[in-house]
Amino acid sequence: MSYPSTLKYTKDHEWVSVDGDHGTVGITNFAQQQLGDVVYVELPEVGTTLTVGQPFGTIESVKAVSELFAPVSGTVVEVNTALKDRPDAVNSAPHDSWMIKVQLANPGDVAALLDATDYEALTH
Amino acid sequence: MLATIGAPSLDALIDEAIPASIRRPGPVALPAGESEHDYLTRLGAVARQNRVLRSCIGLGYYDTITPGVIKRCLFENPSWYTPYTPYQAEIAQGRLESLLNFQTMVSDLTGLPVATASLLDEGTAAGEAMTLLHRVSPKKLTTGGVFLASDRVFPHTLAVLQSRAEPLGIELRVLPTADMTFDEPGIFGVLLQYPDERGAITDLAGFIATAHAAKVLVAVATDLLALTLITPPGESGADIVLGNSQRFGVPLGYGGPHAAFFATRQEHVRHAPGRIIGVSVDVHGQRAYRMALQTREQHIRREKATSNICTAQALLANMAAMYAVYHGADGLTAIATRVHGLTRALVAAVTGLGVTQENPHYFDTVRFTLNAAQAAAVRAKSVEAGYNLRHVGDTGIGVSLDETTSLADVQALAGVFAAAVGKPAPAVTVTAGDALPAALRRTSAFLTHPVFERHRSESQMMRYLKSLERKDIGLDISMIPLGSCTMKLNAASEMFPVSWPEFSRMHPFVPADQAQGYAVVCRELEAALAELTGFAATSLQPNSGAQGELAGLLVIRAWHADRGESHRNVVLIPSSAHGTNPASAVMAGYKVVVVASDTHGNIDVADLKAKAEAHKANLAALMVTYPSTHGVFEDAIIDICATVHAHGGQVYMDGANMNAQVGLTSPALIGADVNHINLHKTFAIPHGGGGPGMGPICVAAHLAPYLPGHPLAKTGGDKAILPVAAAPWGSASILLISYGYIKMLGGEGVTEATKYAILNANYIKSRLEGQFDVLYTRPNGRVAHEMIFDLRKFKAAGVEEGDVAKRLMDYGFHAPTVSFPVPGTLMIEPTESEDKAELDRFCDALLAIRKEIDDVVSGRADAKDNVLKNAPHTAAQVTADTWSHPYTREQAAYPLPWVRANKFWPSVGRIDNPYGDRNLMCICPPMEAYES
Repeated sequence: MSYPSTLKYTKDHEWVSVDGDHGTVGITNFAQQQLGDVVYVELPEVGTTLTVGQPFGTIESVKAVSELFAPVSGTVVEVNTALKDRPDAVNSAPHDSWMIKVQLANPGDVAALLDATDYEALTH
Repeated sequence: MLATIGAPSLDALIDEAIPASIRRPGPVALPAGESEHDYLTRLGAVARQNRVLRSCIGLGYYDTITPGVIKRCLFENPSWYTPYTPYQAEIAQGRLESLLNFQTMVSDLTGLPVATASLLDEGTAAGEAMTLLHRVSPKKLTTGGVFLASDRVFPHTLAVLQSRAEPLGIELRVLPTADMTFDEPGIFGVLLQYPDERGAITDLAGFIATAHAAKVLVAVATDLLALTLITPPGESGADIVLGNSQRFGVPLGYGGPHAAFFATRQEHVRHAPGRIIGVSVDVHGQRAYRMALQTREQHIRREKATSNICTAQALLANMAAMYAVYHGADGLTAIATRVHGLTRALVAAVTGLGVTQENPHYFDTVRFTLNAAQAAAVRAKSVEAGYNLRHVGDTGIGVSLDETTSLADVQALAGVFAAAVGKPAPAVTVTAGDALPAALRRTSAFLTHPVFERHRSESQMMRYLKSLERKDIGLDISMIPLGSCTMKLNAASEMFPVSWPEFSRMHPFVPADQAQGYAVVCRELEAALAELTGFAATSLQPNSGAQGELAGLLVIRAWHADRGESHRNVVLIPSSAHGTNPASAVMAGYKVVVVASDTHGNIDVADLKAKAEAHKANLAALMVTYPSTHGVFEDAIIDICATVHAHGGQVYMDGANMNAQVGLTSPALIGADVNHINLHKTFAIPHGGGGPGMGPICVAAHLAPYLPGHPLAKTGGDKAILPVAAAPWGSASILLISYGYIKMLGGEGVTEATKYAILNANYIKSRLEGQFDVLYTRPNGRVAHEMIFDLRKFKAAGVEEGDVAKRLMDYGFHAPTVSFPVPGTLMIEPTESEDKAELDRFCDALLAIRKEIDDVVSGRADAKDNVLKNAPHTAAQVTADTWSHPYTREQAAYPLPWVRANKFWPSVGRIDNPYGDRNLMCICPPMEAYES
């Protein structure tokens, strides 16, 4: 699976898709491979304030649990509640399975993130 | 064996395995071993020093009748008491089904949808309830907060609660429920007792609704037998319901072991402490059980775990569940109704004497008030008549009746009260009616699942128990080579006394003069453990290894505080530590700093020194396992301990690997200050299929004053910390097993056992190396009592450690420890209990599996459809009319000739773990599911 050039990436294996001052956040194909079968995603409530680099939720497989780190600062405006019943979507379609949508506090945050080429290099 | 290993003698091997700098200078000072016959004869005399009176003390502990079929076929049956915690679910379906019955029973009786598969005791369950409510509180408190507890909660529960609250910065306030208000923003939860500490039953629904309106959550401690007659707290709105399931057929045992129960709402399940059994499916699509949601637990989430609990009380939970299966809903209701009727008869007779009874509504526990002279007379005359009552202050007398109470007992008790007030003994009669609040009569059905209807005769119960035990691998099938778990023999002669009535029918809070037999056992066991650890004093109170860790850390904390250094709050923990270590450290209010391991698996001494230096102002302790979880006696240990001491910290030694030390070195010799001992590992208490365990702590002289006390019995030091367990001596009855182990082996025998454990481990290493890579050894190539085999190089061919673990089942073996402490590995510990023939069988199985791996690696076997990936193979699969695999049925089921002689058939195929966690079901599935 290739890494879409439309997305930006973190070293903690989250992706973010930016549209103006809104960002959509998920985890990468590499992250889901490392975790194995995802069984649960714990996400914040709408209105939660995020700080770049700080945990905003957790993701669990049968044998591992990992924190989710905010790729950008901002406020959560929407949460993908469908993942509650279909956490396996993170495995089957990681780059389409968004977790939260964020109103960016500093759109400039995005400049510090990796592009697809750099991220792919990181995972090898 | 020595020739295979390449060592000239056993003692030479030991000299190579253990650094000379930490060797014990002389033999242990313990008497020579007694023969089994002599031991049991002598212990019989010790037992008779216990004076067993009928217990009417109550407080969560009630005499009970263990149905004979459950005693013989479960409690005293090695098929039930020798297995390990059911991590390898395919060979544990029997006890998993039984634990699911336990959860279903608890869920039904408490009126809450989710129940866990047992906690250590009622006190710690209350502590877990408090921390759960803190985590899920809608007030989203990050630290601190205020927890309210009714003054009608059992006093020992309140003491454990305070012990748990204080390190976490939670303020515990004990007050009457009538005085509770919820305006204060920091109040997040409440604990009530129902029926309460004195036996009174009051409606909780209004109180709970008021609390909920103020965003305050409510936990309720309760009694399962009472709940057959009165409205369950779950139906009154409680968020958590907890208690002790002991009175469902589990002997009193002077305090344990018993299974505490814990039930909560569906939305809190991911915050629940300890084991949860869930339903999933296997690769053939049939129903299969497994431990669910393990990501909550300390072995995965470490310092962020919901609790430090590891060992639970599986054997006792299974007994309680089977008691419910055997009696069914109507049987339990009949028992409860009978106990209640006798209690009413007692109240009628005693109040007829002019004595006041305080509880308007009650189940089996009542509170009489007399004048001081009369109360003193009741105390003396009741003991004379053979009854222990509960004495409260100078004038209060509590009486709790139970399943074993007869009409003659009630007559005798009424006679005691009559004599005390100077009147003739009244006639006692049981009349129709009840003393339950009309609005709180239970109306909802419970135990409606067919499992609680189908096994109500002794014939059927015997067969049900047998059908379940046949699905599980215990030590009665084959060796269980679990690294770090020490699955040694649990000898029959060590086990017998646990069932003797002099030990099993004793209430934990009897006057000390009635428990002199237990006093002998505890005193001698404390002294023996102190001698073997090189320490000054012992506390037998902690109920598990993890609870021992917490106790040890709280002792260290009290010592620092006493020296004016309560700011010390950092604990160093190596990355290879058991998950309980960081989880316990957090519960003790400490911050965890992780120390790295070097490439040889040892603690990275440079990293340790740097971190000790960096945190020297606040360093409280190091937690270190020795020999290490990598199975090696590290040479640097003395330097490591000295470094921590130099920076003001104390050294806590995790005793998980004590089996490699006994008689040869000791925690004191390596420089530790305190350690816990898993009696269920090193000192022969069986693992019970996931508990019970015991985790006493031994401490150096400077820490002895802080050993834990108890509000209802004299125990611990003169500056004792609060209790860590509900009962003063923890699960006292199983101390007898460790006592017997030490007495029958003697000083020389326990030392020989250690040598043989090290011999057996090095023998396995020698037989398997070359075919499997041993990850860590001492520089001279020796391992301690266990070793790690690295399987990661086979991953490229698609073969993983889990495949080897499941394939071993086809050979009739339980897997070694999988992926701890290093992912992609197996850790093997043979213990001293296995002879060469059994070790060879196990090695032959692994070597045969190695060839099977080669077939996959080389392409001779299909990459996906092979004996490893499809393991374990069930009888149904191998005997089916169709067989589509590229290998033979014989290769699947009988891979080596000797497998035929004693074939163990896994009852299910490989279990789908993600399915079980994504579709959580933790009560018995509806009947349609069985019929499909």
